[in-house]
Amino acid sequence: MMVQSSSLYLIPLMPLLAAGLIAVTRQPHRRFAASLAIGAMGISLLLSISAFVSTLGQTSAGAARSFSNFDWLQIGPATLRLGWVLDPLSAIMLVMVTFVGLLIFIYSVGYMAHDDNFTRFFCFLSLFAAAMLGLVIANNLLLLFMCWELVGLASYLLIGFWYHKPSAAAAAKKAFITTRIGDVVFLLGIVWLYSQAGTLLFYDHGHGCLEHLKLSELAGRTTVGGLAVSTGIGLLIFCGAIGKSGQVPLHVWLPDAMEGPTPVSALIHAATMVAAGVFLVARVYPLMAEPIPAPVGFVSAPFISALPVVAWVGAITAVFAACIAVAQTDIKRILAYSTVSQLGFMMIGLGVGGVAVGMFHLITHAFFKALLFMGAGSVIHGCHEEQDIRRLGGLKKYMPVTFATYAIGMMALSGVPLFFSGFWSKDGILEAAHTWKPSQGPFYLAAFGALLTAFYMTRQVCYVFFGNYRGAKGDHSHAADSLHGGEPHESPRVMTMPLAILAVFAVVLGFIGTPAWPWFQNYLGGENLPSGVGELFRHDVLYTILISTVIVTVGIGLGWRLYGGKPVTNPNEVDVLERWRPDIYGLLRNKFYVDELYEVTVIRFNAWFAAFCDSLDYWVWNGAVLAVSYLIVGIAWVDRVFDEYVINLGFDESCKGIADGGRLFSRLQNGRVQNYLRVIGVALAALVIFLVWGRKAS
Amino acid sequence: MIPLQNYLIFSAMLFSVGLAGALTRRNAILVLVGIELMLNAANLNFVAFWRFSSDPNAMAGLMFVLFSIAIAAAEAAVGLALIIAIYRHYKTTNLEKVNSLKG
Repeated sequence: MMVQSSSLYLIPLMPLLAAGLIAVTRQPHRRFAASLAIGAMGISLLLSISAFVSTLGQTSAGAARSFSNFDWLQIGPATLRLGWVLDPLSAIMLVMVTFVGLLIFIYSVGYMAHDDNFTRFFCFLSLFAAAMLGLVIANNLLLLFMCWELVGLASYLLIGFWYHKPSAAAAAKKAFITTRIGDVVFLLGIVWLYSQAGTLLFYDHGHGCLEHLKLSELAGRTTVGGLAVSTGIGLLIFCGAIGKSGQVPLHVWLPDAMEGPTPVSALIHAATMVAAGVFLVARVYPLMAEPIPAPVGFVSAPFISALPVVAWVGAITAVFAACIAVAQTDIKRILAYSTVSQLGFMMIGLGVGGVAVGMFHLITHAFFKALLFMGAGSVIHGCHEEQDIRRLGGLKKYMPVTFATYAIGMMALSGVPLFFSGFWSKDGILEAAHTWKPSQGPFYLAAFGALLTAFYMTRQVCYVFFGNYRGAKGDHSHAADSLHGGEPHESPRVMTMPLAILAVFAVVLGFIGTPAWPWFQNYLGGENLPSGVGELFRHDVLYTILISTVIVTVGIGLGWRLYGGKPVTNPNEVDVLERWRPDIYGLLRNKFYVDELYEVTVIRFNAWFAAFCDSLDYWVWNGAVLAVSYLIVGIAWVDRVFDEYVINLGFDESCKGIADGGRLFSRLQNGRVQNYLRVIGVALAALVIFLVWGRKAS
Repeated sequence: MIPLQNYLIFSAMLFSVGLAGALTRRNAILVLVGIELMLNAANLNFVAFWRFSSDPNAMAGLMFVLFSIAIAAAEAAVGLALIIAIYRHYKTTNLEKVNSLKG
């Protein structure tokens, strides 16, 4: 069965239905909830693959695109239309999200096995997946925005899943509010786009806002500072992506989101939520790029597109987060900053190279980052919830499967040459950045970021898997739980199987986008790039391959020399880098004090403003309200006196009279029927006497 | 011919006996009997006044009495039914005990 664009909605519908059903399922039905969620996700995966297959074999991007729109809301003469779109971009995302999501669902069965709120967890996971899939297939910016917000909601629920931990509750709030800042700007962009283009549909038989007609119209108009309207809108929409994809300066929520359960970290930080921002930029890419036919009436200044901003923000984020990751000690936090950094790489790819370059890294990253997170989850699960890498170590011996898969993920992320997917996708970004005309800055930043990536991943793996186990062994308090003794243990098969599957993909996915066989780029871009082994030896291609090989070698070598050579033995030992430069290390460990900066600026201002509003409320508005209320109270008092002494008293008196009379007469009514009859008899006698005597008298 | 006064006196006595029975008896059935007696006294008055009226050929008085007797029969049926209902409810026909009709 081929999935048509009109039935595309079935893909998000499946997890949505599952979420709804699980929501009304009672807690004890764990197996039912898990199998429902996994089954729905499996069906979605099959449908997605079918949709993916139907987009294959097309020669151009336009031919592979199909969409179906429908009327949703009619307000006066304007009709809002929503719709689904199936094109290579959404098809590849659908397959990625459902596949990685399915593996994460399966993994969660093992990871959350001991949790009391198991069914709730699967309800949220399904909701999350549904929202993400809806976002991917949306053919309308508004529909995309709705799903975007649903994703935000689901992530809030999942980050705060262990809400009884204050840190988790705070992290959930932080994630929600931080991304909201970007979303407000995003919404402004949507409104502006609607007012300018009159439609929010992406593709609509030539009238959608991403098609030539509207694009050249939008690019032709200028707004403040000579900026094209399309660029302005693109920048506003990009702000949404900054929030969701954790770019500087709104990246602060992402590392804190590690408070959620690890499968959530994998789902949010690998496959779905953060990818949403990159996907959004890829989706509205035509709006940000220079329109192919020169815009009408556009002669004066050269066209300024939004893409350099995307590239620079990405580049800064990539290096910034990679620096922070070097000095972190929490296994999941390192991965979180690495995610921020990799998202920066994707943005560079989108900014300098186009949709295919950025999306390729998104897809490969989704697989190996999900792998790394789930590997980290396996480590945490096996070591009694210990997340500090200084207290881990030597796990190579205890958890061989986790170690092997984690090492593959680490090498893919670092970009070990030729055999790992991360190498090819990162190489594509570096190559595009290298050939980018406006500036070489992003290239150097990205290269430095890649170096740091290799370094901190090596550091982490050395800490966690090499040397000796440094955790507490004998004195463990889990006495009741014999499974959780002193020694770390390998995770159950339900958790290691997804790891193995992901590890395979972390390797092979790279080969679909190499310069020698650029299938992915052709598929997404609808172009026909030359292929063949000879392409690898073209001058600039070879150059970047060599450069990145050198970078990775240096990074891993440095990491191995500093951390692998003589393993850390004492958990309290000072880090090598800290011994070398405590000042810089401290700066990095404290994340460049961004949180503290926000603390003293944004949050303090917010608190001050809240206090100001509060005092305004208290003294001004409260005073006015109080004055009015006292006036009313005075009037009410007068009223009450009048009531009490005039009306009430009169009523009371008359009521008392009536009541007394009633009491008197009720004595007659004593329920004895014969008494009544007696009265009638007496009355009759009296009447007779009166009549007889009255007659006599007259 | 017996003069009208005799009829009236007899009917007044009959009425008084009925009234006394209705007032003094405690049993609801006997009260009903007393009421029937009073009704019959009234009927006797009707017939007597008709018989001694100026135009005895007009049948109005007689018709009144016939109707009255029919109504009395219906009323006796209703009254007995009420008494049975009261008996079923209170398990007694003593009117002293049946006094829930007070204000």
